[in-house]
Amino acid sequence: MAIRLFRKKDEGDKRIKIPEGMWIKCDACLEIIYKPEVERNLNVCPKCVYHFRIPAMERIRTVTDEGTFDEFARELESVDPLNFSDTKKYVDRIKEAKKKTGRNEAVITGKARINGIDVVLAVLDFEFQGGSMGSVVGEKVALAAEAALESRFPLIIFSASGGARMQEGTLSLMQMAKTSAALARLSDARILFISVLTDPTTGGVAASFAMLGDVIISEPGALVGFAGPRVIEQTIKQKLPEGFQRAEFLLEHGMVDMIVERSRLKATLTQILRYLSSAGDR
Amino acid sequence: MILQYLDFERPIVDLENRLDQLKRLDDGTDKGVREEIGKLEKKIGKIRKEVFSNLTRWQVTQLARHPNRPYMLDYVNLLFKNFLELHGDRAFRDDPPVVCGFAELDGQKVLLIGQQKGRNTNEKIYRNFGMANPEGYRKALRMMKMAEKFNLPVVTFIDTPGAFPGIGAEERGQSEAIARNLLEMAHLKTPIVVAVIGEGGSGGALALGVGDEILMMEYAIYSVISPEGCASILWRDTAKAEVAAEMMKITAQDLKRFGVVDRIVPEPLGGAHRDHKAAADALKAALVEALYPLLHMPTAHLLERRYRKFREMGALKKKAGGAG
Ligand SMILES: [Zn+2]
Repeated sequence: MAIRLFRKKDEGDKRIKIPEGMWIKCDACLEIIYKPEVERNLNVCPKCVYHFRIPAMERIRTVTDEGTFDEFARELESVDPLNFSDTKKYVDRIKEAKKKTGRNEAVITGKARINGIDVVLAVLDFEFQGGSMGSVVGEKVALAAEAALESRFPLIIFSASGGARMQEGTLSLMQMAKTSAALARLSDARILFISVLTDPTTGGVAASFAMLGDVIISEPGALVGFAGPRVIEQTIKQKLPEGFQRAEFLLEHGMVDMIVERSRLKATLTQILRYLSSAGDR
Repeated sequence: MILQYLDFERPIVDLENRLDQLKRLDDGTDKGVREEIGKLEKKIGKIRKEVFSNLTRWQVTQLARHPNRPYMLDYVNLLFKNFLELHGDRAFRDDPPVVCGFAELDGQKVLLIGQQKGRNTNEKIYRNFGMANPEGYRKALRMMKMAEKFNLPVVTFIDTPGAFPGIGAEERGQSEAIARNLLEMAHLKTPIVVAVIGEGGSGGALALGVGDEILMMEYAIYSVISPEGCASILWRDTAKAEVAAEMMKITAQDLKRFGVVDRIVPEPLGGAHRDHKAAADALKAALVEALYPLLHMPTAHLLERRYRKFREMGALKKKAGGAG
């Protein structure tokens, strides 16, 4: 269910590295680009439109109306139900992730407005343990769905995750059922759920809430799939085709509604919200 | 069926073979042979108890995957009546790793859905080693919708290493198929009883695993990823599978403690593979016991109960003071 988070070592971290210096190298086109220009461009390469991974808070800033985001369930934290340790203790991994991100867990949930429309948001953070879903991520996504149900605001979830969090064992697997059950209630109440897939969305997150949107949007080039490319290669013993499991591949196979560039995301979300958010009122 | 043995079963099997030989010698006249038989039987009982009361989680994993373990279709013959198989997802193809059909459980009509691994090489290939493609999950969903429409309770049997990781599976939306089943099973308006009979391999298992009562055979496993997969990712070494199995806590006893499983179905001495009939009898009794109270539950109550069950799974804390 969980997959290797990093495909290649050099591909591992798509945030903009080299904090010193104003010039960075694009991971995709390998061009040297001017950092402030990339940042002005919503962390999209101005040369090749490559979408860099962005932290959850930055995502929220770019799609919501300024000053409207009101976070909830921030206080929820992971415990270590299995007393798990591999090459490192799970509790230490969590500590490191907290320090690195300044957040308690791999998802941020809250209410906000998008061009004046009230919504509930859940935004996964790939920087925190690869966005993996353990008990807290499952709980917060379920709470977000329940908040949407109660307020009758549309729900938007931005996914960025390697899948279920192995260190919480079968309890992490069960978060797939938990989140999907909460979305079933939302669907029964005819409240809109928009799922936005960003790079990467795989494993147990793809195989639960991420693929259950009434409308599913993907960012260009995002890796989206159930099994990791390496696992598939090992199983079928052949090379994978170019572009396999990328957003464009999913669009071609009918698995997502549209691919939307980051610069158009807020406007597109607004348009969808205007078409569908009144459905529940009838 | 060719009988096969695991390493830790060896000492027991060796003694059993000796016992068989002695029994063949015993014509009722030799008192010494009789005594020897008695002693050996005691010894076998003792060793078996020793081995099976101290199984490691990796040994349980091996039992769950035992080549002689009863599979879904064995149970169909042993504990259901009048099975009538139904095929296909009405969209792409019939997926043999998932078997669906009508069946009678102790006189109660049910819709049965299960995963089938295959016993010999040909069967294994035909059943894709129990690894379903999206169309398998969609076939299961079609059957569940039919069960809801015609008021039949659903019984599912889980036994899979995982959903198939292949190019076609991804093209046809493996993740969507699994996710859809999770959502639809969560609010399906008919009782669902789930039994993990062998290997409960990650999302591919859970896609048939959302229900009102979750049963697990004593030596079955249920995990987020296979011990080998976990070892290869976290330790970068598949040889660490044994440690990974221990760490992930994937046995019926573990999962009952975590609230993932409601009932453990006891297996015959030495494991279900030693006595299919006895395993089937125990499973039948547990299924009947789990299912009957659900049949009379008002639907709204049933669905609320199912929601709460999964809603409450997990372990977390609230940080004092609230700020993070
Ligand atoms: Zn570029």
